[in-house]
Amino acid sequence: MSGVRVLVGTKKGAFILTSDGKREKWDVSGPHFAGWEMYHLKGSPVDPNRIYASQTSGWFGQIIQRSDDGGKTWFQPGTPPGETTGPGGQPKGESNKFVYDTSRETGAPLTTHQFYDGTQHPWEFKRVWHLEPSLSDPDMVYAGVEDAALFRSTNGGKTWEELSGLRGHGTGPNWQPGAGGMCLHSILLDPGDAKRVFIAISAAGAFRSDDGGKRWKPINKGLKSLYIPNPEAEVGHCVHHIAQARQKPEMLYMQKHWDVMRSLDAGETWTEVSGNLPTDFGFVIDVNAHEPETIYVVPIKSDGEHYPPDGKLRVYRSKAGGNEWEELTKGLPQANCYVNVLRDAMAVDSLDKCGVYFGTTGGQVYCSPDAGDSWAPIVHHLPAVYSVEVQTLD
Amino acid sequence: MVRVELPAHLRALAHVKGEVTVQVAGTVCILSVLDALEAKYPMLEGTIRDHGTRQRRPFLRFFVCAEDWSHDPLDKPLPEAVAQGKEPLLVVGAIAGG
Repeated sequence: MSGVRVLVGTKKGAFILTSDGKREKWDVSGPHFAGWEMYHLKGSPVDPNRIYASQTSGWFGQIIQRSDDGGKTWFQPGTPPGETTGPGGQPKGESNKFVYDTSRETGAPLTTHQFYDGTQHPWEFKRVWHLEPSLSDPDMVYAGVEDAALFRSTNGGKTWEELSGLRGHGTGPNWQPGAGGMCLHSILLDPGDAKRVFIAISAAGAFRSDDGGKRWKPINKGLKSLYIPNPEAEVGHCVHHIAQARQKPEMLYMQKHWDVMRSLDAGETWTEVSGNLPTDFGFVIDVNAHEPETIYVVPIKSDGEHYPPDGKLRVYRSKAGGNEWEELTKGLPQANCYVNVLRDAMAVDSLDKCGVYFGTTGGQVYCSPDAGDSWAPIVHHLPAVYSVEVQTLD
Repeated sequence: MVRVELPAHLRALAHVKGEVTVQVAGTVCILSVLDALEAKYPMLEGTIRDHGTRQRRPFLRFFVCAEDWSHDPLDKPLPEAVAQGKEPLLVVGAIAGG
């Protein structure tokens, strides 16, 4: 019987929530890596038992963890517990090593970006925000990091190499950090074109590569941001998240700092589709697994007030690719709710009906097994939720 | 053998309980102790000093015989008490966060 495994990253550990296809009764496992900030966990589409996790700490830096048994046990790639060297003879500790490429051979990428005060600032690695396993190779995985850059591992996370063309194409001095830091938070691997990759950075914008990550172009035409000198600049936009329609990979959606946007041409141009939303500020956006024009957002009051308007936690759904939105409230708190839903904290499964999941900074993880019509909490009291991903299991 | 006391999170990463001990060749200083520590427990590479800069992480401190050695040169010889294993080198996480 089919089921789901929900991978939850929180401020103080990771949790794994499992259920059968009904998605009514749940088993909760965790905390894994108790006390550590778990920014993101994601399973390989090729091998669902292979899960990558970003474990990070302001004290001890970045750790990459991997499970090959669906989250029951974990190890640092290349460093199985109790062994002095990894199976491939790799020195231990390399899996934690994210060092920016400064070599001349690969284009001598830029060494500064804009800081909060507008001055130039050197790139400094802080943490991995997002891990995106390959659609075809369980040993290949991408990492989006802060300060913004894209890394890739081709050996199951043992070692990492920067795809430095992203930082090297010339616009870096105009990238700047948002309140959460200058993070590369979204990575979309095109299911229809193995060489096409989309990423998004806060605050730089969206970018696309059509050659497997060597060269990149900004794809921000149509975005308007009043917090940069030229609101329609090529880069500098605070994109909070991007999502892709699985059946129509050229169809992209974006939740920007303000504005919900849609592209029908793989990001070449964007159109605002905020429509009748109560506020178009927010962080998450996702697409129904079966209906490319059915999308979900969680409106947040404003950039200064990161909680739902009127203290009512509402998911908004559009079945028309935006512009026309309906509020979804059944099962969600409609009074005195002042949580936030962070950018990587919404996911969908591929069951029929499509399940939709999101986690809050108040520690709740909600599931809708009926495409958003109704919601129920899976857990109530976790640490602040940073990320939610779901695996649909056969 | 030099004794090293690690924060709880690093003991968990290294799969050890309590103090660890390392054999240090030559001058016993923080640098040589860290090198020996990372050689014995390579999963700790990058957690005490940054992979790229090799500098101490800002939220970590080194305490030696009741003194703060965090800002002393890493190649400064440690006291005999540490070199002989009578006193540990303490790697301490800053009191911050929640």
